[in-house]
Amino acid sequence: MRKTAKLATTALSLAALFTGASMAPSVAGAADDASIKMGKEVAYDRKKGNCLACHMMDDGASPGDIGPPLIAMKARFPDRAKLRAQVWNAMDNNPGTRMPAFGKYQALSEAEIDAIVDYLYTL
Amino acid sequence: MKLNILTLVAVCALAASAAMADKKATDTSPAEDLKVYRDYFQKRFPGIAINEFGNGSYALDAVARDNWLAIEEFPPYEPMIDAGESIWNKPFANGKSFATCFSDDPAQRQNFPYWDAKRKMVVTMELAINECLESNGEKPMGYNKGKIADLAAYMAYQSRGQKINVEVPDDAGALKAYNDGKSYYFTRRGQLNFSCAHCHMESAGMHIRSELLSPAIGQASGWPVYRAKWGELGTLHRRFGGCNEQVRAKKLKPQSEEYRNLEYFLTHMSNGIEYNGPSARK
Ligand code: HEC
Ligand code: HEC
Repeated sequence: MRKTAKLATTALSLAALFTGASMAPSVAGAADDASIKMGKEVAYDRKKGNCLACHMMDDGASPGDIGPPLIAMKARFPDRAKLRAQVWNAMDNNPGTRMPAFGKYQALSEAEIDAIVDYLYTL
Repeated sequence: MKLNILTLVAVCALAASAAMADKKATDTSPAEDLKVYRDYFQKRFPGIAINEFGNGSYALDAVARDNWLAIEEFPPYEPMIDAGESIWNKPFANGKSFATCFSDDPAQRQNFPYWDAKRKMVVTMELAINECLESNGEKPMGYNKGKIADLAAYMAYQSRGQKINVEVPDDAGALKAYNDGKSYYFTRRGQLNFSCAHCHMESAGMHIRSELLSPAIGQASGWPVYRAKWGELGTLHRRFGGCNEQVRAKKLKPQSEEYRNLEYFLTHMSNGIEYNGPSARK
């Protein structure tokens, strides 16, 4: 699932903004695919995101049902920063949430969160 | 890595329901709490008799319940009850035995946990077992599993049907122990930053991956538990440790003051439900 060059560039520059890292792959489309693949791996990994513990998403087996299904993400989260913030610290949006603060408590690295957001946008 | 373990909110954030929201542990009495928790779960799971909550998640799912009932027909913990009976009957080197400490009656479940006003501490059945050994010059047993779980299984089996009735006496120390246990239950911890209540109140009846989460009331009734995952019996405090580790928090020592107070609170929350240990679980 390739994104258009324009979207990919926006995503990358936003990611750079958040991480403070400069990412300038020569072929934007290829880097994007790699990031989406990594995002999915990190999201499914029980020792990393373990998002399936609570969310139905994509083709993940036996998902939990504590959180809402993660579908139509681009339509529901047109603002990438909002989506990233939800993963980085869900408590900002809802102090009583049961969703772990993956960024704030360093359960995931900044790069892993960026990759997850890339992946979420394909759902 | 301090950051990972901490995130303890100083005052407990009660989030399980509107009635419990934004209250400090000390704001309500144990009797009021009991009513609130019961009402909460009975509204959430209408039609489930209060005693059914003693069966954990199996109270909530008919299919899982059928599988579990089939297992309970030939319970995997049966040999351990027999082993526990032998431990109960075996005289100590000084000629006395557990019967001496427990007024000749293994059916002791309903007497624990209790607030010991003289020693100013919560005494659990496992603690009393080891204190019996030590006061008779015998070596104490490990608290998580093995012999102590066998003996506790025998004692629980003999006590089946006794109603849980933990009293929090009008005593500042007892109330503090109860409130400390309660705060522990509602405090976020670990890198994943969950409280016990996030899983066992708000998410009770929901699935975390394929595990159906049991409701908080009734959680203290069926111990010790034979878990297929453990392949053996374990005590309630072993389970506390496992649940701490699930959120990447440090587990505490079994029979630590924190876990004894947690057991005090959790068992009080199960008041009115029958002791039904030992039990089998996934
Ligand atoms: C232990 C439970 C749990 C885990 C694990 C979890 N979430 Fe959530 N998530 C929730 C809950 C509950 C909500 C509902 C919103 C709230 O509570 O604030 C939510 C909401 C969301 C939302 C907003 C969805 C919407 O429709 O509004 C997104 C996006 C999301 N989660 C992504 C993730 C990702 C990505 C991961 C893994 C890296 C993850 N979640 C892991 C519980 C969880
Ligand atoms: C991330 C979710 C999560 C958190 C947080 C959590 N638990 Fe659990 N707990 C589980 C799961 C999953 C099980 C196994 C299914 C079940 O019986 O609920 C379980 C089982 C239990 C059981 C056994 C119930 C039975 O009938 O066998 C007890 C007791 C328990 N938890 C107590 C606690 C306590 C006390 C805390 C806080 C210190 C806690 N849990 C925190 C997920 C959690």
